Amino acid sequence: MASKRRSKSSAKAKNVRRKVKINILEHELVPKHEVLAPEEAAKVIKELGVRPEQLPWIRASDPIVREIGAKPGDIVRIYRKSPTAGESVAYRYVVGY
Amino acid sequence: MSSGAPISSWEELSEKIRDKLEEAKARLSRGTYEELVNKLKEVTEKYGLAVDEAIRIIDNVVVEYENSMVEPGEPVGTVAAQSIGEPGTQMTLRTFHFAGIREFNVTLGLPRFIELVDARREPSTPLMYVFLDEEHRYSEDKAREVARRIEFTRVVNLASEVDIDLVNLRIIVKLDPVMLEDKGVTVSQVVKALEKTKVGSVEQSPDDPLTLYVTLNPEESLSLLDLQKKKERILNAKIKGIKKINRVIIQSMVNEEGKTEYYLVTEGSNLREVLAVPGVDYRRTYTNNIHEIEEVLGIEAARLALIREMKEVLEEQGLDVDIRHLMLVADVMTFTGRVRQIGRHGVSGEKYSPVARAAFEMTSQNFFEAAVRGETDKLLGVSESVVSGSIVKVGTGMVEVRMTLPGRSKG
Repeated sequence: MASKRRSKSSAKAKNVRRKVKINILEHELVPKHEVLAPEEAAKVIKELGVRPEQLPWIRASDPIVREIGAKPGDIVRIYRKSPTAGESVAYRYVVGY
Repeated sequence: MSSGAPISSWEELSEKIRDKLEEAKARLSRGTYEELVNKLKEVTEKYGLAVDEAIRIIDNVVVEYENSMVEPGEPVGTVAAQSIGEPGTQMTLRTFHFAGIREFNVTLGLPRFIELVDARREPSTPLMYVFLDEEHRYSEDKAREVARRIEFTRVVNLASEVDIDLVNLRIIVKLDPVMLEDKGVTVSQVVKALEKTKVGSVEQSPDDPLTLYVTLNPEESLSLLDLQKKKERILNAKIKGIKKINRVIIQSMVNEEGKTEYYLVTEGSNLREVLAVPGVDYRRTYTNNIHEIEEVLGIEAARLALIREMKEVLEEQGLDVDIRHLMLVADVMTFTGRVRQIGRHGVSGEKYSPVARAAFEMTSQNFFEAAVRGETDKLLGVSESVVSGSIVKVGTGMVEVRMTLPGRSKG
């Protein structure tokens, strides 16, 4: 999955002469995303007391979702760097559009 | 009045209050917890701290922290709206449209804030901050190299004169040596670009290397209008650079390591392509176009960029708005996985309740459309409750008392 994405982005880079390997996950604006395993996702849902679709969404076509290989129906955990709380954990539900 | 001897070794103390620290870690936010531990450590090493003192400090911090949290049912959205709205009125009075940042005109103040909240496709002044990699960031010449690589250069930027020679049926392009030098373009590059347009055969003038002749094919029927069009094509022929990046200037700053670092500011924005340019530090490069960030770096990056842009606008205006209000706005805007505007085509227009939508804008039309679709409304939201005169389910209005009467089953 990851290598597939990379080849795509380097194809775009070709337009600008040489190609540079870019990994958007390293960009300073991108917080750490991780896909939850089904059991863990169930646990999170139970803890929060909501249905998955009541979580904030993230699109399956989102570049980061594609990079980490999440599928619609997955839950993504995001470690946000927050100026007020240091680090805060947020969840997003992957939707297929 | 502490019992127990003060301990001045943090390792020893933290071992003794381990359970308490674990408990505090679970109840505090990470930033607060880290600050607490650091302060405790500092005080212990400086003055010594007894176990029960440490425990009392931790307890107090936890209580303070929990007291300062938002209560369930607090109308945070309304509070955020007011907290941004009130300073916003001062913003209108102070600036109207543009404020110059050195060589660029950047939209700031209220117009920019509206742009952000409306989630416009393109800002009225798109701008990029292009940071450079280790190799290029410390020398102005290297920085200029990268600047030339990304600046969109067309023939029109380099020509001092472009004429149509009707007698010999050719277009004469005179290049400006100063501009060539400035943009770092050679004449042969221009020749190549002209050949690519396929307008005619290109040759250098024998007595002036900076004059190029584009000889047209005489067999084609050429009206004056055609000639004008061909001239346009020549003027717009791309020589190098990235589309939309119209102007690049080099700026410098002193970075954290105390070294002078050069970076580029561009007029126009094209994040995806600039990130892939050699010499660019793609980790830090930034644009003020939120939609581009969403497309290239994802919704979470767009959320952060929104917060950053809103904060910068307010700070530049000297307004002190708590960042949590801005975070809430950004959260709402990015809730569905794309950046939605706060307004008719976004947050307000996509509300589930038809009464809430009607209360926002175009009352009769919204009711009419809801009726056509046969929508129902349970009147549970804030606007619906205000419209229908019932208790708003916010704060103390959120709780209900239910009694279980003797002899009846629960529920």
